[in-house]
Parts: sequence; structure tokens; C-alpha cells
Amino acid sequence: MISASLSMLPAAIINGFMYGAIYALVALGLTLIYGVLHIINFAHGAMLMLALYAAFFLFDLFNIDPYFSILIVTPCAFIFGYLIYRYGIGSLAKGKDQNILLITLGLSIIIENGALFFFSGDQQTVNLTYGFEAFDLGFMYLSYPKVISFFAALLMCAILWAAMSLTDLGRAIRAVAKERQGARLVGINVEHIFAVTFGIGIACLGAAGCMMLPIFYVDPYTGNIFVLVAFTIVVLGGMGSVVGALVGGFIIGITESVGGLLLGESLGQIGISLIFILILIFRPTGLFGSKV
Amino acid sequence: MNKSILKTNTSRRNFLGGTAATVALTAGVGTPWIAQAASNVKIGLIHPATGWAAYPAAQLRYGAQMAIADINAAGGIKSMGGAQLEALLGDSQTKPEIGAAEVEKMNEAGVHAIQGCYQSAVGLAASAAAAKYNIPFSVDVGVSDKLVQRGLPNVFRMADGYGRIARDAATNLGEINRLAGSPAKTVIIVHEESEFGTGTAKLMTAALKEHSIEVIDTIKHANPTRNFDNVALRIKSAKPDIVMPINYPGEYVLLAKTLRQQRVDFMASYSVLGGGFNFKFVDDLPQIAENMIDVNHWYNPSSASGQAMRAKTEADGNYFTFEVYCAYMSVMFLADGFERAGSTDKEAVNAALAGSTIDVDFMPYGKTEMVNGQNMGSRAVAIQAQKGDVQIIAPSEYASAKAVFPRT
Repeated sequence: MISASLSMLPAAIINGFMYGAIYALVALGLTLIYGVLHIINFAHGAMLMLALYAAFFLFDLFNIDPYFSILIVTPCAFIFGYLIYRYGIGSLAKGKDQNILLITLGLSIIIENGALFFFSGDQQTVNLTYGFEAFDLGFMYLSYPKVISFFAALLMCAILWAAMSLTDLGRAIRAVAKERQGARLVGINVEHIFAVTFGIGIACLGAAGCMMLPIFYVDPYTGNIFVLVAFTIVVLGGMGSVVGALVGGFIIGITESVGGLLLGESLGQIGISLIFILILIFRPTGLFGSKV
Repeated sequence: MNKSILKTNTSRRNFLGGTAATVALTAGVGTPWIAQAASNVKIGLIHPATGWAAYPAAQLRYGAQMAIADINAAGGIKSMGGAQLEALLGDSQTKPEIGAAEVEKMNEAGVHAIQGCYQSAVGLAASAAAAKYNIPFSVDVGVSDKLVQRGLPNVFRMADGYGRIARDAATNLGEINRLAGSPAKTVIIVHEESEFGTGTAKLMTAALKEHSIEVIDTIKHANPTRNFDNVALRIKSAKPDIVMPINYPGEYVLLAKTLRQQRVDFMASYSVLGGGFNFKFVDDLPQIAENMIDVNHWYNPSSASGQAMRAKTEADGNYFTFEVYCAYMSVMFLADGFERAGSTDKEAVNAALAGSTIDVDFMPYGKTEMVNGQNMGSRAVAIQAQKGDVQIIAPSEYASAKAVFPRT
């Protein structure tokens, strides 16, 4: 039994990388919102679910491939996120953390129950012509959707990292995250930057939803399956760190996959909780986080 | 400001006049409502309307409400002067404690009988709560045999539990295998981790031994599971003849997709109470579903009432899943109890239900015979996806097609 498990270890590690990339996609949006704006967005899972539904309906009604629908869903998600922050969270919260918690919690309830009302609780999947095509590695098959999602996650991280590090917008976001009043004094429109950052975070979810649909399914509660893992990744990688989200995603993906192989699929999840506890004890700022 | 207006306008005369008007209105409007409430028979429907099981819950509610509408249209409970059935809707949110709390709320609302709850764990808690008030409780879907083995006189189940389903599933598989020349000798069971999956897997392991089929591995997984690749690779490495999933809809479909993606080769997927095996699965993923077998609650396709119910369900835009007719059957069973009791007296209704011999011809059942709350005439059947439809392949008296085994 153990020798059989060890022989499958390379496959489990590769599998962990593939799923880790998907988790990183979800965590990217969260690390911006949670790490930069310090907003605990309880509606993150619900918004991911909306993105999955958007990709599903674009495929179901207009036969648009989920990977092409990234070009539609991502900008729509940005606008949605921007408006939600500018005219919802930002204006109603009045800068109080407890208000933000309640507003995002309320949003998640409205979105989930709205989806249940309009789309029913039925699980929806897409049946793509290439959905079961796979690369043969000899010891395992890697399906096209997983490989595409893997490289897309790397690309998204690279784009986001470049945007945060090299552009004026990125500098403004980082300035607002570090010193809000200072940023305002040098002429940065803080409210606008907050809304843009929230919009970018939700846009990441939009892209993630499109990439996850060919692999997973969607129902009104699908988002919750990924959101706790995403929080763990953000804490592990360091709040606000794009690279941290990617590395954290890989670590969690591999831990889950190898844990499942060695300890069983049910008990294997324990590794994620263990990492979460260890990182809080020994490196509370995360792998790529810096002390405030 | 408001306080002064109230003070100014509320004179003694106004107060007395207002009170008299309120009493008159209450008498005028309230009496008919009380009379109507007394004549209605209230049936509580407790299902996980929100949460991961929202879809089966919606199907259960749909089936129950269809039965209530049909019974009311046919004259209601005739022995009670045509009393109409009325549904009280409860949401267990997939949590046992919430299911039990819903029973308390319904008891306060004067419920006369309750049915539910889809998940065995919730059914156990809710039926125990109902037992405190002796409220008749019918399990529409819930396979744990503990539901009817606790000696509670108010708990009944028309459909099968996992003990008899496991026995029938093993017998049917043994028969299908024998007719094919006994090519299958080994099985891997993949089951979810709760009472439903764990209990059924344990029973199947024992039952399959009697048919010379060995369970070579049992893989338990969490709810939800995001990734089945390791499971698929483990199955591929062990090379079983049969893969036996016992899980809920999301994981059922995800596992089936992953087995296909990893090119795992086996003679048959033979699930027991496979949560995702239904007409929708066959429509959505026909290339995966083809020739997959499931042992489950199923309707009798040769009965006119079964065909009519399926046609109505599909005309309403719903899939005809097992939840629909199991819930319909449960309401019929309760209504029959009220009919024979002639009242809503709990003792009388429980006694009537315990002696039920109701005929449900839309199910492939024998004569109804209640023993300690369990209908001994019920049975699950083996069904197989064949050319975009679902056919009964065993037992032979209800079979609508021959089994394709090993799969092509």
C-alpha cells in the first residue's frame, strides 16, 4: 500500500501544481483586497460563483468557449467590483471595519440566494469537445483544461506583478496600502484607488471563474469550496504579495494532493490546517509578507 | 414630536372606539382564518433548501407539492370532510441541529405530520425531535437504517434503507455478472465520509462477498472534494474490474469526469445510491454516462401513473429525479394515514400509518407492509444509461432493457 502510494508520488506532486495554480487564481483577487485594502471580503466565494455562472451562461447561450469568455467576463467583473466598492462597500462602511464585514457578509447572502432563486441549486457543467483530451506523461494524463489553467495562472500572476511593481497605478495602490493619509496628501484619489483595487481583485476572480469552469462545476455554493483555501494561501504567501499567492497556491495544492495520497482523501485535508497554524506561529507575516 | 401627536389624538373615546373596531375586525377576519386552519391538514416539509443539497431539496419540495395539489384536487381527505393538505416549508440548511429546530417551529405552528430530510443525519435529528411530540414523521429520502431502528413509533419510511439496498445491489450485480460469464471479480468502493457513504460501503463489502466478488480497496473522501486525480490514479494502479461510487451529486460527477480524463479502464461503474446519476447527468455528459450503472430508487416506467408523473414533471421544466417520486409517495402515504384515521389525532394517525397497505403503482414495489416503520415491500433497482436514456436492467420483472456488461 505504502509502496503503491510512493510510486504515485510524482503524479500527486504534478497534480498538486495543477490545482495549486487554480487555487492561486482565486487567491490573487483575495490578496489584493485582503492584503492591500485590509478588507475581509466575505463575498469573495459568492463573487467567484457569479464569475463561474457568467462563463457558464456565455457557453450555454452563445456557445462561447470559457477561455474566450475571459475577455468578456474579466472587464465586466472589474466594472462590477469597482461599482460595488465605490457605491456600496466604500460609501456605506464609512471606514469602519465592522461595517465592511457586515456589508460583505450581507452581499454574499444576497448573491448566493439570488443565484439560488434565478439559477436553481442545480449543478451545471460544460461539456467541451476538448474537455477530456490530455497529454500522456506515461504515469498520468494531464488534461488540456488543467494545463491551460496552470499557464494562465502563471501569466496572470506575471501581469499583476508587473502592474503592481512597474506602473503608476501599482505604485499608487501600494502607497495607499502603506500610508493612506500620505497618499492623499500627494494628490492620490484614495477612494478611486480603493475602488480600482477592489475591481482588479474581482476581475481576477472573473478570469479564475472562466478557467475553472471546464474543470469543475458551478452551483450557488461552489465558491465557498475554494474561498477558505484562498484565505489560507493569502496568509501563507503574505498579504498583498502576488508572488506569495502563487507560491502559496502551489504549496497548498501539493500539500493537499500528497496528503490525500498518503493519509487518504478524507484525512489528507489536515495538512492545509497544519500549515495555516504553523505559519501563524512561526511567520505570521507570511512567506513573502513584510512587517508593518 | 411623534409622541405629542399621539397624545393629542388619542382621547378616551378614540381609544375605546379603536379597540371596539379592532375587536370587530379580529372577529370578522380572524374567525374564517381559524376555521380554515382547523380544517387544513398541515404537512411540514423539511429539506436542505439552501446549501450544497439545494437542488435535491428543490426536487423533493416539487414532488411533495405536486402530491399535495393532486390530493387536494381529488377532494382532499374525504374522511375529514374533504380537509385540504397544506404544506409548511422548512429549511434544514444541511445541518442536523437546524433540522431539529425546524421541527420545533413547525410544532408551534400546529403541524400534523412532517416529512424529510434528504440527509440521514438530519433525518435522525429531526425525527427524534418530532418524537417528543409524537408527530407522525415520514422519511421521504434518507437511507440510514438507524432512522427506523430506534423504536420510535412516529417514524416511517416507504422507500428502502441502505441495508436492503446493499443486499439488492449485490444480488443484482451477482446476477448481471453471472449472465456475462462472471468476468468481474474485484471492486473498489469510493464513498463519501458521512453516515450514508460509510454505512453503505461497509454493507456492500459484506454483501459482495456472498457473490464471490472481492472489495480490494475502499477509498473515503471528504464533502466537498475538489480533486479526484489521486483517487483515479489509485484506482488505475489497482486495476479493479468494477468501480463503485457511493457519494453525493457534486463528487459523483467530478469523480466520473476524472476517471475519464485519467483513462481508467474498468468493466463497469456500478454505483450504489449514486447521487449524481439521473436524467440530467445523462443529458449533460452523455459520453461519460453511457453504460454507467446505478442502484437506486427509481419509478416503474411501465405504470401509467409513473409515465404521467414523469410527463408532468418534464412539462414543468424539471428533471424526473428520484427525489420527485419519493416525496410524492411520502405525501400519499401520510394522506392515506389521515384518511384512515379520520382525524389529525397523532396516536390514531401513527397507528394508521403503522398498518398501511397503500398501493403505489408508480414505484416498482410489492405490496406495502410496514414492519417497525419500514415498508418491506419497497426495493431499489439497477439502472443503466443506454443511448441517452436510463433503463432498468435488474431485477428482471421490472427490466426494460438488457444490461450492457462489461461496458462497451
